[in-house]
Amino acid sequence: MSRTIGDVILDLQNISLRFGGVKALTDISFDVREHEIRAIIGPNGAGKSSMLNVINGVYHPQEGTIIFRGEERKKMEPHQAATQGIARTFQNIALFKGMSVLDNLMTGRLTLMKSHFFEHALWLGRAKKEELEHRKKVEEVIDFLEIQHIRKTPVSRLPYGLQKRVELGRALAAQPSMLLLDEPMAGMNVEEKQDMCRFILDVNDQMGTTIVLIEHDMGVVMDISDRVVVLDYGKKIGDGVPEDVKNNPEVIKAYLGAGH
Amino acid sequence: MLYREAGQFKSSYAADQQLFPIRQDRIGVILLLVVAFVVVPMVAGDYWFSAILIPFLIFALAALGLNLLTGYAGQLSLGSAAFMAVGAYAAYNFQLRIDGLPMVLSFALAGLTAAGVGILFGLPSLWIKGFYLAVATLAAQFFIVWCLTKFPWFSNHSSSGVISTQKITFFGYVVASPREKYLLVLTLVTVLALAAKNLVRSSTGRAWMAVRDMDVAAEVIGIRLMPTKLLAFAVSSFYCGVAGALYAFCYLGSVEPDGFSLDMSFRILFMIIIGGMGSILGSFLGAAFILLLPIFLDITLPALAGLLGLPFSNATVSHIQILVFGALIMFFLIVEPHGLARLWQIAKEKLRLWPFPH
Repeated sequence: MSRTIGDVILDLQNISLRFGGVKALTDISFDVREHEIRAIIGPNGAGKSSMLNVINGVYHPQEGTIIFRGEERKKMEPHQAATQGIARTFQNIALFKGMSVLDNLMTGRLTLMKSHFFEHALWLGRAKKEELEHRKKVEEVIDFLEIQHIRKTPVSRLPYGLQKRVELGRALAAQPSMLLLDEPMAGMNVEEKQDMCRFILDVNDQMGTTIVLIEHDMGVVMDISDRVVVLDYGKKIGDGVPEDVKNNPEVIKAYLGAGH
Repeated sequence: MLYREAGQFKSSYAADQQLFPIRQDRIGVILLLVVAFVVVPMVAGDYWFSAILIPFLIFALAALGLNLLTGYAGQLSLGSAAFMAVGAYAAYNFQLRIDGLPMVLSFALAGLTAAGVGILFGLPSLWIKGFYLAVATLAAQFFIVWCLTKFPWFSNHSSSGVISTQKITFFGYVVASPREKYLLVLTLVTVLALAAKNLVRSSTGRAWMAVRDMDVAAEVIGIRLMPTKLLAFAVSSFYCGVAGALYAFCYLGSVEPDGFSLDMSFRILFMIIIGGMGSILGSFLGAAFILLLPIFLDITLPALAGLLGLPFSNATVSHIQILVFGALIMFFLIVEPHGLARLWQIAKEKLRLWPFPH
């Protein structure tokens, strides 16, 4: 592979998250290195999605430190994570149903646009120019994901697999340095999964995007990720390269079941 | 056959992103504007201007304002009439208190005043959604009407808050005849409708629609909910405010706070429901339906009854009129819940393929 894995860009230290009396995450530490594909796995309810929500600022952990690009993160809102270059997709597709594929992707670039409301109303110089520049970038993403034919289609009319792909596109449109994927292959058939795997690997390889993903398909996870962290009941029970995790007895017991 | 975009290839993104990408649409819009600006003033009489065209345009503008807020940004509001009242009284007071203020500036300031008030009453939208928000905007409806009645300063101490609007002048030229007023209203509505069309195809509009469709995802993408929602309230109230000022100055000439009732807010809401949420065209179609259909029935039903020799009294005819109106509303909502604008779109899609079914 041409990419080289860099230094740690996201360091999570002793994260604990509670909702009232329910402990979602307990004392979890792990890090993400630049350009790597980092998987988070674990049984249902292990706290994987909560972990992603902590990373992009939807949830605020009660304890622990988050260091992103060498800076300790204060309490922040999700839109700030977006401006720092963190994009994500959701477990249940969260596209803007009333808009076309193109508009969904253009929305992904909102934080990069600078033109002003009055310029929009009058369609003056900068608004118009920006619209064209960003359209060009969005078209690159459309080409990359091979969704040219559905550009103008309202997303609600698309089949599930394509919606998932469009959602990936919306996240990519923001040109993120870190991409959080929450079960990108859930509910897909083998062929769609293969396509999605290829896209994820290409994103990682060609754009150098760091990827943190949650996935249930073990074959996929072991195949494409560089390092895997395993959660169970909100606690970390394993962390390392796929080979190590596969052979970790605790992981086997908790996740893969006694039969393995 | 006529409505088909075959052969119209877009070779640049700019061409693909223009206001009306299909040539036939562009021609249609230009024709419509020519008819509205040139032909109608030549042929229509005063009754048409003051009883049909001016109120239609004014309500279409108010509906457009509400559509930006409810149809595009997804924030339900029942305060449109109140924001119109703010616009009407603000324009009156700006004319009254600032000597020699150009009328158009008065209208703009009226819109801005309404926008400010709109932001204030839009604040609950940061915490509540949907029907609960609609109920919260009722506060605007009742408070503003009460306020304008309670404090005589707003109506320059006239009895029961009635204001009679000043003459409309443009640099010494007095706009007095219904025809001139129609042209003034038409110009403002055209400009504001084009601005709205621009807004909804730009990132402002996309941010609104993102908040409407999925606010959590919008936030994760980097859209800040508070300024986005408040901007929607401001723009919507601006449109309603200008509509209110025109309502007072160009349509009625004299208004009272109670005239801007909840009933009127509901009518504006019905206009966008029937016309089509999230559609600029829908605002116009809805206003035409709600406003003009009763007038049409008023004229045709007695004539029809007379033609068939049915011995209907006037009261019966007006009851029948309400029945037919209600039935038509139900019919259109059942045929197409997304409104007349969607029906129009479906018709266009069919036209593209005609005479083939697929």
